Amino acid sequence: MHPPGIPLSSFRRSNTLTIVTDPTPSADPPAPAAPAAPAAPPAASEAPAAPARPLVRRHHWIVRLTHWATAVVLAGMITSGLQIYEAYSRFGNRGAPAFPNAFEGSRFPATVRLGGWLAGALNWHFALMWPLITFGLLYATYLVASGEWRSLLFRPSDVPGAIDMAKYYLRLRKEHPVQGKHNPLQKLAYTTVIVLGGLAVLTGLAIYKPLQFSWLTAAFGGFQAARYWHFWIVWIFVGFSIVHVLLVFVVDPASLRAMITGWYRGRFPSHG
Amino acid sequence: MVRSDQTPSRGAAEVDRRGFLKLTAGAGTASLVAACGWDGGDLVRPRLLSISRFNDWIGEKVLYSPTRLAPTYDPSERSRSLPSYFISRDMPTLRDPSAWRLSVDGLVERPLSLSLDDLRRLPSTSYTVKHHCVEGWSAIASWAGVPVSAIVERCEPRATARYIMFRSFDSDYSNGWDMASAMHPQTILAHTMNDQPLGPDHGAPLRLYSPTKLGYKLTKYLVSMTFMDTRPGGYWEDQGYPWFGGV
Repeated sequence: MHPPGIPLSSFRRSNTLTIVTDPTPSADPPAPAAPAAPAAPPAASEAPAAPARPLVRRHHWIVRLTHWATAVVLAGMITSGLQIYEAYSRFGNRGAPAFPNAFEGSRFPATVRLGGWLAGALNWHFALMWPLITFGLLYATYLVASGEWRSLLFRPSDVPGAIDMAKYYLRLRKEHPVQGKHNPLQKLAYTTVIVLGGLAVLTGLAIYKPLQFSWLTAAFGGFQAARYWHFWIVWIFVGFSIVHVLLVFVVDPASLRAMITGWYRGRFPSHG
Repeated sequence: MVRSDQTPSRGAAEVDRRGFLKLTAGAGTASLVAACGWDGGDLVRPRLLSISRFNDWIGEKVLYSPTRLAPTYDPSERSRSLPSYFISRDMPTLRDPSAWRLSVDGLVERPLSLSLDDLRRLPSTSYTVKHHCVEGWSAIASWAGVPVSAIVERCEPRATARYIMFRSFDSDYSNGWDMASAMHPQTILAHTMNDQPLGPDHGAPLRLYSPTKLGYKLTKYLVSMTFMDTRPGGYWEDQGYPWFGGV
């Protein structure tokens, strides 16, 4: 889980060929006229003042491994989860009012379901929970051990910066705020999705063993409430993933290479 | 077939497990993939089952506690409905209920044949607990019956007996249980549900009940419990559902 989340507006601005005079690379480097080919230096004819972008090492192999492994495992988790959901597609005890749910009684297309039937889907789901937890713990351990969490964790001190970023996105502010490896809104997004990952596992355990983990099930408001949160976290993940991928390609395609090879040569090379 | 007796409006939306099973079993892998998503195929499916058995082992040996009791509820919290499941085409009923006996046999010193009246004279346990179905639904109901431990006390299993196979007269439906789960204080042979004699829609005259297991482990329409030294299978367990099935 990484890069994007940068100014869509700055990209648009570059398309209008506004002359950019701010020379600070980390703040708002002169953008090329098109979504830049990562390796190509800015075309001299269009942006003569642009300095050559440095090639920086951005992602440790543990981050890259856990990122892609989690993406694959999560896809299996979500698709087998949708198959499981169909066995009882509402939330609430039998005979009790159902929780509000836009997907009540929904059937999902076979192409987004994994497992064939309930038992098959359960077996996929509970097999994949091991790699999900393993990669999650590996990633979290790396974040803590490397100190990388400092550039990722959204803290109260990030609030003013987040407001500045939001202003920039809303075009209430001209200059791109100075940022570290990630801007404050990215930090907020990544922090949220990491917390949600933890909650997905915990709500899952609460449903998996509601008696043996009855304290956990109770903490989420009971078995059906835990099912409910477990299900909704999925849609937040799906929403995050769509925006995440979109922003990578629209705003900072170089970040895709960084997440594959570890090396980055793009618009936001600074490291915080 | 599956029937949701007290919630007829939802009946159509219930998963028809037997029908679904027939469909998937008969359709073969190729059409299975097309019809209901990929099940892993011959290469992956056996591995998934191995991991499932490992997870089940964790559930039995690590997570399960023979003394941890399921939370109980007040009878006023009972769910208004509890679905009725059986695998036979029609609801299994006894032609002559007075002739019904529970046979306790296998590796025991004293085989028993118990009538419903015999069972009612044995010690009784009652509770109001939450039922968890593998499908994801839950419901609260009150149950009363004889603790399985009271039967074990009377039939005197041999030292080699490690499992119990519970058989029903609902076609060939059966479940295998480990002794530790059977001896749990909340594992009972229930003859009473919500203060009424158990009805034919819920396994009359006698069913296995425990809030520590998923619903498919709770054999209805009981006819026998057989003590064994090898692990007995079960109707759903043999088709890919976890054998231990603890919650």
